[in-house]
Amino acid sequence: MRISRTISVVILLFIFTIFLIGLNKSQLYDTTNLTGQTLTTFKMKSFQEDEVISNKNLYSNEFTLINFWGSWCLPCREEHSTLMALSKIKKIKIMGVNFKDNESNAINFLKTLGDPYDIKTIDKDGKHSVNFGIYGIPESILVDNDLKIIAKFVGPLSKKNFDEIINIIK
Amino acid sequence: MSKFLKILIIALFLSGNHVHALDQINEGQVFKNIRCLVCQGQSIAESNSEFAQTVKSVIRDQINSGKNEDEIYNFLISKYGEWIVYKPELNKKNLLLWIIPYFSLILGGVFIFRFIRKKNKLY
Repeated sequence: MRISRTISVVILLFIFTIFLIGLNKSQLYDTTNLTGQTLTTFKMKSFQEDEVISNKNLYSNEFTLINFWGSWCLPCREEHSTLMALSKIKKIKIMGVNFKDNESNAINFLKTLGDPYDIKTIDKDGKHSVNFGIYGIPESILVDNDLKIIAKFVGPLSKKNFDEIINIIK
Repeated sequence: MSKFLKILIIALFLSGNHVHALDQINEGQVFKNIRCLVCQGQSIAESNSEFAQTVKSVIRDQINSGKNEDEIYNFLISKYGEWIVYKPELNKKNLLLWIIPYFSLILGGVFIFRFIRKKNKLY
């Protein structure tokens, strides 16, 4: 009798702990913790030029921030000032991937707000985004010269993210 | 043509189709096992979101290039983490999740067995 009571108490405590941990955990999943992997090979069409941009183009950069953006995306306007500020830092190059966009709208976007990108590519049908683990726009990935993912930023880049990037690359 | 030959030809034809059907990956089944990361509790099979459509087209490309189901799941797990699949692989982190149902089943069985034996002893 005593054994059954102890077992019942242990089971109840276990269920309680599971609920306590589960309910206190954030229900929103993001991929920001998926760092440390190396980017797989990619080949993308250059923006406005008949050139192919591949992973080989990034090895010469000390750090590259790969930013997925679109002129149709409102949060991309929000993060643009941060990208412009980052473009002034020599240690980091920015690769912009124009995602499922209309070319003339994208050109207008960069003309109006400024062009922070050192390399510009197009992901017309969005398929390349899966190779980078992207699931929403905007998203940015910071890689080193071995193309190892150092940090991932889901959503628009903020001033806080800017400071984080500066801290990482210094 | 003899009856036997006709049956043999039909049987061969059907078995050939059967083998072909087994070889092909059921894309709908794969879609059902992939979580839509931007949706509320939906798989990409049930969603028409931008993300779901993109992942579906990538999966179709991978099926056409001859990749098997496990290769597709592993590719997506490497890009989005274990959360992307509804049926995660057994690993250290989710060991308890896999073991607890079986453990509960055995424990429940033992309880029922003991309860019935006790009851039988009483009467």
